[in-house]
Amino acid sequence: MRILVVEDDTEAANYMVKAFREAGHVADHVGDGIEGYARARDENYDVLIVDRMLPKLDGLSLIGSLRAQNIQTPVLILSALGQVDDRVKGLRAGGDDYLAKPYAFSELLARVEVLARRNRAGAGEETFYRVNGLELDRLAHKLTRDGKDIPLQPREFRLLEYLMKHAGQVVTRTMLLENVWDYHFDPQTNVIDVHISRLRAKIDKGFDPPLLQTIRGAGYMIRDGSR
Amino acid sequence: MALGKLFRTTAFKISIAYLVISAVGAGLVLGTIGWNMKHVIEDQISQTIDTNIAGLSEQYALGGIRRLVNIIHRRTRRPGAGLYLVTTPAGEPIAGNVVSLPPDILSHSGQIEMAYAMPGDTGGKHRALARIFVLDGGFRLLVGHDLEEGARLRAILQDALLTSLFWLVVVGTLGGLWVARRVLNRVDAINANARAIVAGDLSKRLPLAGTGDELDRLVQNFNGMLDRISILMAGLKDVSDNIAHDLKTPLTRLRGGVEQALRTAKTPEDYRGALEKALDESERLIQIFDALLSIARAEAGAGREGMTDFDAGSVARDVGELYEPLAEERGIALTISAGTGLTLHGSRELVGQAIANLADNALKYGAPEGAASAAAGTVEISARRSCGFIEISVADHGPGIAEEDRMRVLDRFVRLENARSRPGSGLGLSLAMAVARLHNGSLHLEDNKPGLRVVIRLPAAPRRRDAEVSLAQTKPDKAA
Repeated sequence: MRILVVEDDTEAANYMVKAFREAGHVADHVGDGIEGYARARDENYDVLIVDRMLPKLDGLSLIGSLRAQNIQTPVLILSALGQVDDRVKGLRAGGDDYLAKPYAFSELLARVEVLARRNRAGAGEETFYRVNGLELDRLAHKLTRDGKDIPLQPREFRLLEYLMKHAGQVVTRTMLLENVWDYHFDPQTNVIDVHISRLRAKIDKGFDPPLLQTIRGAGYMIRDGSR
Repeated sequence: MALGKLFRTTAFKISIAYLVISAVGAGLVLGTIGWNMKHVIEDQISQTIDTNIAGLSEQYALGGIRRLVNIIHRRTRRPGAGLYLVTTPAGEPIAGNVVSLPPDILSHSGQIEMAYAMPGDTGGKHRALARIFVLDGGFRLLVGHDLEEGARLRAILQDALLTSLFWLVVVGTLGGLWVARRVLNRVDAINANARAIVAGDLSKRLPLAGTGDELDRLVQNFNGMLDRISILMAGLKDVSDNIAHDLKTPLTRLRGGVEQALRTAKTPEDYRGALEKALDESERLIQIFDALLSIARAEAGAGREGMTDFDAGSVARDVGELYEPLAEERGIALTISAGTGLTLHGSRELVGQAIANLADNALKYGAPEGAASAAAGTVEISARRSCGFIEISVADHGPGIAEEDRMRVLDRFVRLENARSRPGSGLGLSLAMAVARLHNGSLHLEDNKPGLRVVIRLPAAPRRRDAEVSLAQTKPDKAA
């Protein structure tokens, strides 16, 4: 996928570009808001990564200008301002996701991949997910594996739904807390891990292959282990 | 210059105001006395005249005009005599001591005030009160009395008034200056100390005169304020010392680890291990930094504009549910009892984080020590309404916190001895406290007998969305 990084700190941007390339993506870097706006408007990127504080044109104005031109490329805002109200402001300005500096690259990569995929898949929400023999029916609120019913509590259902919606993609702990619980704080203890192991016990125990996998140093992923 | 300063003091201005009021008062008193005395004297004079006339007309009836003239001659020779004049019916003077009379005066009857001169008088005319009486034979008799006595009295009173006014002004001005100087000296002393305090010497206090007057009370209150500021400053210094310490410790570890790796690592695995450690340390630093920022933001009242109405009960349930698997893993039973319709106006995110911090603490430190009873292994999260407030509490049955430590643990970075071995930053309770205050609420640590119960009391959202009402409701609690 093609990624545009709009960031005035060249060193940080170089790390980012290099890491995206290692992950198999194409990444370009520009150093100020005006150029960032021009490139984002004229070229076809899958995701924009925009710093909030930029020379010439600040990040939020850049996003505002793009959205005013009806350019809907997903934008992830990077900012040193990471408090709740900063995030709300960023998302209101037209950003699709918000990540506070300093960040772990694995977190950034996971979010960017989810953003790009969401855009490609279109706006329509699916109602049925299937990975290997695991089938989740959103409308009937029903989960089966290899035809066997697996009862889940509502929150477990939403957790699994989010994982299956992004099957094949890394989902980080903070992404889960944000999307399944709708909180953005950082729990001191890894409460998410315990929820995952509970869920794993329900959907993977006694079945083969294991579908809910831990990606070391990054997060979790549902994938068809046989592939 | 110094005198000009004295004249400008409030004390002096007040003295002058009193001075003017006293002067006007004295003038009024003396004026009234003078006026009354004049009347008394005139009454007395006219009575004397009447008696004289009655006596003289009696003598006239007894001995005719000759006898009357004799008596008048005798009387006018006495010193300090009154005014007497007898004339023929045509107005020719026969006897008496009045020389010059206003024309036509003799045709008046009854009492009159007139100007007259005595024989040999050079100092102009005098004023007198007189009465003309027509005797049987057509002779006219004038009996009068000098009014100079009254005038003299008035002059004395006027004199007294002027003298007293003079002294009043002199003594009043000097007294005013003296009082002003006294007050000014005290204010100057206060100002000198205040300047020293402004210059940075916070240990100085304003001087007390020991008189217990309003200035002393003012000084006492200012000193109380200074004490409070000193305590806050000391607290701030503690905080920055703590921040320096608690951020520098992981920084030192980070740096030490990197240096050691550069010095001794040989294999790629050594380097990888060192780098992973460095990453962990930087992660911890970021966490501490974020927590500090959140606390500072909440304490500064930031984020108020993003506040909405939300249900505290569902937040308590959410957080409880978030921590429930962790509790189960640790062998702790987590129970949640939250009512419905517990509407709060505020930041759902921050309140959620505050409850999460409390739950985290309860699971970390509220765990039973060793083998304990079944009740020891429970943590209760509850949310309920209590007269205009919403109380969210997290209670455990662990060792609890000793009474003397309860205030202390709310400070940043404070970690009790038995907590130091476990991971944590010592910021969880501080943030919960800051969040409670941001919502005009409070946080209390209570004895759960055994264990600790942390209660966050927040003012419930008003049913009508009226900012004024909500403010008015929360104020008394803030004052308490």
